[in-house]
Parts: sequence; structure tokens; C-alpha cells
Amino acid sequence: MAKLYQNMFEASVPQALTLGEQLAQKGVSRRSILKFSSYVAAIMALPPSAASAMAESLAKTRRQSVIWLSFQECTGCTESITRSFSPTLEDLIFDFISLDYSETLMDVSGLAAEAARKQAMEENKGKYILVVEGSIPLKDGGVYSTSAGETNLEVLKDSAKDALAIIAVGSCATFGGIPAALPNPTGAVGVDKIIKDKPIINVSGCPPIPEVMTGTISYILSMGKLPDLDALGRPLAFYGETIHDRCYRRPFYEKGLFAKSFDDEAARKGHCLYEVGCKGPTTYNACATLKWNGGLTFPIQSGHGCLGCSEPDFWDKGSFYQPLSTHKGDLEKMVVGGAAIGATAGVTSAVVMRSRRAKAIKTAQKQAEIKVQKDSAAEDQSAQGGQHD
Amino acid sequence: MIDLLDFARGPALQVSIGIFVLGVTWRLIRLALMPKAVIPSAPREHSVPLFMGGIHEIFRKMLPNKTFAKRTMFSFINGWVFHLGLLIVVLGLGAHIMFIKHLTGLSWPNLPSNLVFLVAVITLMSLVAALVHRLTSPVLRLISTADDYFTWFVTTLPIVTGLAATMHLGARYELLLAAHILSICLFLIWFPFGKLMHSFLVFATRGKTGMEMARRGVKL
Repeated sequence: MAKLYQNMFEASVPQALTLGEQLAQKGVSRRSILKFSSYVAAIMALPPSAASAMAESLAKTRRQSVIWLSFQECTGCTESITRSFSPTLEDLIFDFISLDYSETLMDVSGLAAEAARKQAMEENKGKYILVVEGSIPLKDGGVYSTSAGETNLEVLKDSAKDALAIIAVGSCATFGGIPAALPNPTGAVGVDKIIKDKPIINVSGCPPIPEVMTGTISYILSMGKLPDLDALGRPLAFYGETIHDRCYRRPFYEKGLFAKSFDDEAARKGHCLYEVGCKGPTTYNACATLKWNGGLTFPIQSGHGCLGCSEPDFWDKGSFYQPLSTHKGDLEKMVVGGAAIGATAGVTSAVVMRSRRAKAIKTAQKQAEIKVQKDSAAEDQSAQGGQHD
Repeated sequence: MIDLLDFARGPALQVSIGIFVLGVTWRLIRLALMPKAVIPSAPREHSVPLFMGGIHEIFRKMLPNKTFAKRTMFSFINGWVFHLGLLIVVLGLGAHIMFIKHLTGLSWPNLPSNLVFLVAVITLMSLVAALVHRLTSPVLRLISTADDYFTWFVTTLPIVTGLAATMHLGARYELLLAAHILSICLFLIWFPFGKLMHSFLVFATRGKTGMEMARRGVKL
């Protein structure tokens, strides 16, 4: 860590050398850059030819200034990124980026820390990447989360105005996350609800896969442009398919073989976890392919269904343990209410029918009586007429 | 913010099931409490017991009429195919059983999903064939009403959307699943007010007709 901190302080000094020159001075070979580029190209599903182009581009670039802001969050995203296996956070910080401000990782605090942010913003005006972790509270003027006497909203607006691009890491920074869960007491929102005039990349997840974070940053550094994004602003390379699409338990879903509980025979045989609430079919992320802990495993492989943490409002989508094909909310009231109203309507319409029928019978009887009377009167009349004749 | 799938699984299902229960209860109670028709003629002597007449008519209608067997064979076979197909699809697919279990607490073993898909495809083809037959037969076309066509539509739509959702065809799964649930909602809302109500009334009406025939001494 000492090296990391030292590097961070060095990073705040303007660099004149290109990254290739700098790395050569440190004894890092071109081959290492190519290896790094190949890995990034592979995880982002780029063609093999992209790796050498990325390496070439990386060598010519200068170290990228990065300002990392932490707002309403649990630091889980930082925890996650520090566990990236390849490219590691150290790879990024030592070789490719200059992490000029990070409240979690820097050792200075107070005014000195804020001065470092201002200095980095000034020296890299229009060129730095802003990484945001955590949601931004808007309610009551944003007083629910402040640092150095400024609200998160003020810090974000101030830091974003001269940024080259913004990377929102974690579901809190992208969609509001758990702080925005109903009833959302702080009025928490994601970055793209506030900043509209800068390119924003959403790297969602609670936390995001470390390699997705480092891979996205690496892509911007090496390609000098934003990756292709989906409708929610997430890199398509990582969020293009559902977890269900790439899940190794998918064949069991196709066969209709489901675990009924987390510890039954079917679960032990690796059957699909759809019935115990897996949200894999509606969750777009790379968990089933990149996996976690250096590609060792991911939640479904460990026996738990996907929670859908990389999707908006995942906390408010009903129980984590309720299948996707079931209803949400209270149906009992609707069923009981519907039956009560239906029964009342049925009885009422039957009563109306009966009374109409009774009325009709009465009218018919009356008409029949009148007819009989008329007929007998006519008969009498004709009998009397006959007598007169 | 509520997305389409949340809307379909939540408010849309709640309202449509509410309307379904309301409509079915209303129609059944109304029918049960309807004043009985005044039949002035006396029952025929030596006729079969009324109850047996009703049961006989229910089963008789399940088989083709001998006189018209040739002419009605397509409708007869096709009718059985899509009715049985619908039954297998609704009660055989794991995801459907999960829905029913969550709603009522009742569950049973599911069929292999691929088998249900196959049955769903056959059911869909059978429903299309039924529509083509209705449109090409002059007599059927003459007696068909908007109710017949709309009932066909709300019955077929869940099969189409369900196949698309389970096969992940044409759009994102959450959109397909939402479309499938919303098509079920439409089916449930229309159910009590159109010809779908025959699901509840078919045996009652056939039985009643059989009893009436028996009372009049009609030999079927």
C-alpha cells in the first residue's frame, strides 16, 4: 500500500512522458502492455487484432488522471475493485492511471484531500475521468450526505463540469441502488439523473464485477473512446446478455428440472434455481462468464439464485426468493373483493330478473283476464244481437 | 419507477384476477338464482331418469355424431387437440405450476419443458387451423360473431407470447415475460364476459339440455 500512496502523490505532478516511455523507464516491456491489452480485448469480446491496436494506443497516451468520488454507498464497490485479478487495481494505478483523489484509498484527509481534488481538476481540465461510487441524495437540498461541508450534489456538479467522461460504478451511482429503495427517504438518484452534458458509463452491480470496472477503465484508456453501451448506458461487452443465457444450469431449465429449496436433492445435483427465485433471466451482467474471485465462482455456482443486483430498482422487485413467473403484491384482497362484488351483482341481477318475471306474469295474467272478459262480453253481445234478430 | 414486468406481475395481474373473480361469480350466481322456466307440458311416461339423461348428454357430446361424423370430424378432432393442448400447457409447465402454487398453495410435478413446448406448438397450429376452418366454412362464418373471433384471439395470444418468452425469441426476456403475463391478463378480463365462460358452463349446460330432453322423452 505504501507504494500505492507514493504513486498517488507522484501522480499529482504533471507528466510529460508518454505512458510507453514511462513504463519503459520502469522496466515494463512492450510485451507486458500487449499482454494487458490482450486480456482487456478478450474480456470485452473484441477481435484479436484490437489487442495490438490497444497496446499501440496505450503506449502513446499519457497517464490518465482519475478522480474517484464516494457518495451514499457502503464502499463495497471499492472493496470489489481492489480484488480485481486481471487487470488488477495495482496494474491500473501503478501503470495506467493517476488516481488523484479517492477518499477511501488516499491517506491525506480534510483540506489537503480537497486541495488534491481541486489541483487535479485544474491541471487536467477537460481530460480527467470522474469515477462516482454511491448515489446522490436530492431531498432537502441534499443534506443527507456531505463531505468537507459540501453536499454530494455540489461536489458532483463541481467535479463533473470539466471531466472528460464519468464512470458511475455500482448500482447506487447508476440507478440509486439501495439508498433509493422505497420509500427512498433521502431522494437518492444515480449520476445520469443529474449530469446531462457529459458522457456517462454505467457499471452497475452491487458491487460490480471487479474485472468489469477495471476492464471498462482500461478500454477507455487504450481505445480513447467510450465502449458500446446498452439502453441503460452499460458497456455491452459485459451487459449484453443475461446471466440466464450463459448460466451453466441453463440445460436444467430447458428440461424443466428445478430445485425446490436450497438444500434439496435437486439443488445438490445442480438443477435450475428459477423456482427459488433466481433473477438470472432478467439480469444483464457477466457473472456467469467472468465470474468472481479471479474466475473461481459466482452466486449461482455457489448455490444461491441471482438477486438481479445490476438492474434498476432490484431491491423493490419483490422477494428475492419468489419465482419470476409468480405475481407480486397482495391478491387476496382483489379475489375476496371481486367475489363479494360479483356475488352482490349476481344476487341483485337475479332479484331484478325474478321481479321482472313476476311483473311480466302478472301483466300477462291481467291481460288474459281482460281478454277473457272482453271475449265473454263480445259473446254476450253477439248472443243478445241474435235474440233481437 | 415501475417497469413493464413489475406492472404485469403486480397491478395488471391484481386487477385482471379481480375482474375475473367478479365476473365469474356474478355469472354463476345469476345463473343459479335465475327463475326456473315454466314448462306447462307433463313429463313423458317411461322416459329415462332426468339425472341419467343429463349425464348421457354430457358424454354423448364428447363423441362425434354418427350421422354427421364425416362432416364434423375435423372440428371434433381439432377441438380435442387444442383443448387438451391448452390443458397440458397450462398445467404442465414448471413456471405455470409455480404461479398456481404461489396463488393457491397447490402444486404437482411438472412435465419436461421441451415436451410442453412441443405441445404448445401443436396447440398453436390447431388454433390457427380452427380459425382457418371458421373463416372458410360458409356456415361457420355466417354464425360467427365478434365474440368468437376475440375469444380466439385472447386464447391464442398467450400461447404465442408464452412460446416467445420461453424460447427467448424476438426481444429481451423481461419484455417477453411481461407481454405473456399481460396477454394472460387480457384473457382473464375477457373470460367471464365472452364465450370462454363455457369452461365453467359446458357440463352444466349440456347436462341441463340432456335432462330436458329426457323429460320430453327425446331419444338421443
